[in-house]
Amino acid sequence: MSLVSIRDVRKSYGTVEVLKGVSLEVAKGDVVAIIGRSGSGKSTLLRCINGLETYQSGVILADGIEVGGLQANLRELRRHVGMVFQQFNLFPHLTAAENVMLAPTVVNKTPKKEARELAAEVLAKVGLSEKMDAYPSQLSGGQQQRVAIARSLAMRPKVLLCDEITSALDPELVNEVLRVVEQLAKEGMTLILVTHEMRFARDVGTHLVFMHHGKVHETGKPKEVFAAPRTPELQQFVSGIG
Amino acid sequence: MSDFSLWIIVKNLLWATQWTIILSLIAFIGGGIVGLILLFLRTSQVKWLEVPTKLYIEFFQGTPLLMQLFLFFFGVALFGLEVSPWMAAGLALTLWTSAFLTEIWRGCVEAIPKGQWEASASVAMNYVEQMRYVILPQAMRIAIAPTVGFSVQVIKGTALASIIGFVELTKAGTMINNATFRPFLVYSLVALIYFCLCFPLSWYAKRLEGKLNVAR
Repeated sequence: MSLVSIRDVRKSYGTVEVLKGVSLEVAKGDVVAIIGRSGSGKSTLLRCINGLETYQSGVILADGIEVGGLQANLRELRRHVGMVFQQFNLFPHLTAAENVMLAPTVVNKTPKKEARELAAEVLAKVGLSEKMDAYPSQLSGGQQQRVAIARSLAMRPKVLLCDEITSALDPELVNEVLRVVEQLAKEGMTLILVTHEMRFARDVGTHLVFMHHGKVHETGKPKEVFAAPRTPELQQFVSGIG
Repeated sequence: MSDFSLWIIVKNLLWATQWTIILSLIAFIGGGIVGLILLFLRTSQVKWLEVPTKLYIEFFQGTPLLMQLFLFFFGVALFGLEVSPWMAAGLALTLWTSAFLTEIWRGCVEAIPKGQWEASASVAMNYVEQMRYVILPQAMRIAIAPTVGFSVQVIKGTALASIIGFVELTKAGTMINNATFRPFLVYSLVALIYFCLCFPLSWYAKRLEGKLNVAR
């Protein structure tokens, strides 16, 4: 059974239709890279999966829970679906460890001491054991993004959504974040990434999804798709990126 | 006679000042509590909670405080309930303060970037948890200066309670003037006392504002 199942999802902002019937199945352990021009609907699609955006028709099931359903379901769903953002969105008034501990203590009622151990564990995983008590403003962009990943991991998500997580970073900081994501992929974490890092999509992704004008335009194994894009739009996109 | 009465005047005004201070504190603390509750309703994104809250705020912001005092003092009496000037003034000022504080604080909540809401939502926090642990701690920082600034308006607002017979600084001034017929002296002293209460607060608010601007 698919972990995330998207069936014929449509969404419009007013008269502008941004998703025109998107369907996508993501199985456990898949690393799905969604690429496409800006405005093609890829971020919107990602944000529909954990209910940050609503959609008008179609069905999204994540871990068996229908996203368009009731409020209580959305909370349950988000406990299992993590998200990392382009702008990190760390809580600036909390230290790295507190950022990580907040949701486990508040939402899962994990005792403080246990949550602190959990924070140590996930921050070690992203290589930031030293920075547990640092505030976001004291960290570089790459470090902040890794804390944001750790914050998601602390909820033990079944799937992690990554929305252009390296786009706001200085070029020299991109790799430290990608390495963490690659490691997660190796450990079997299910990932859905909207990305502009084509090399990363090709080397780490198990599936590639090319979105164009609000639709899944082409999909397949990343290496094959990049080597021989079938549609002229993807050919153009790939050659344009270089 | 005259130097004797100056001391009496000052003593009586200072005595009445305590009621101005107490009424201000009641209005400010009560208004803060009501305001905080209203803030949660006002920013909840739930229509049937937001709309009545908005109407409440519009009413208290859009009508003179004096009218509100009359409504509480004379209006409630129509329903056969005895309302003391104390009750009426305390209640009206509390609600009036809450309306303004809610709007001030709403501005501060809305100044927090949308990403903070999204990040906290995506780790499964609900609205109340988001407000309590993520949004309010950040919004409070920017709210302190305008909140302290507004407390000056509350202190000055208590002067209107004199009209429904609540004996605070202004009412005491009026009574003393009726006895001494020295309006310029009496009201100068009244104004001076108000100034001594308000100036430190507005000075402190200004300083806080400056501090926050530097921090940014």
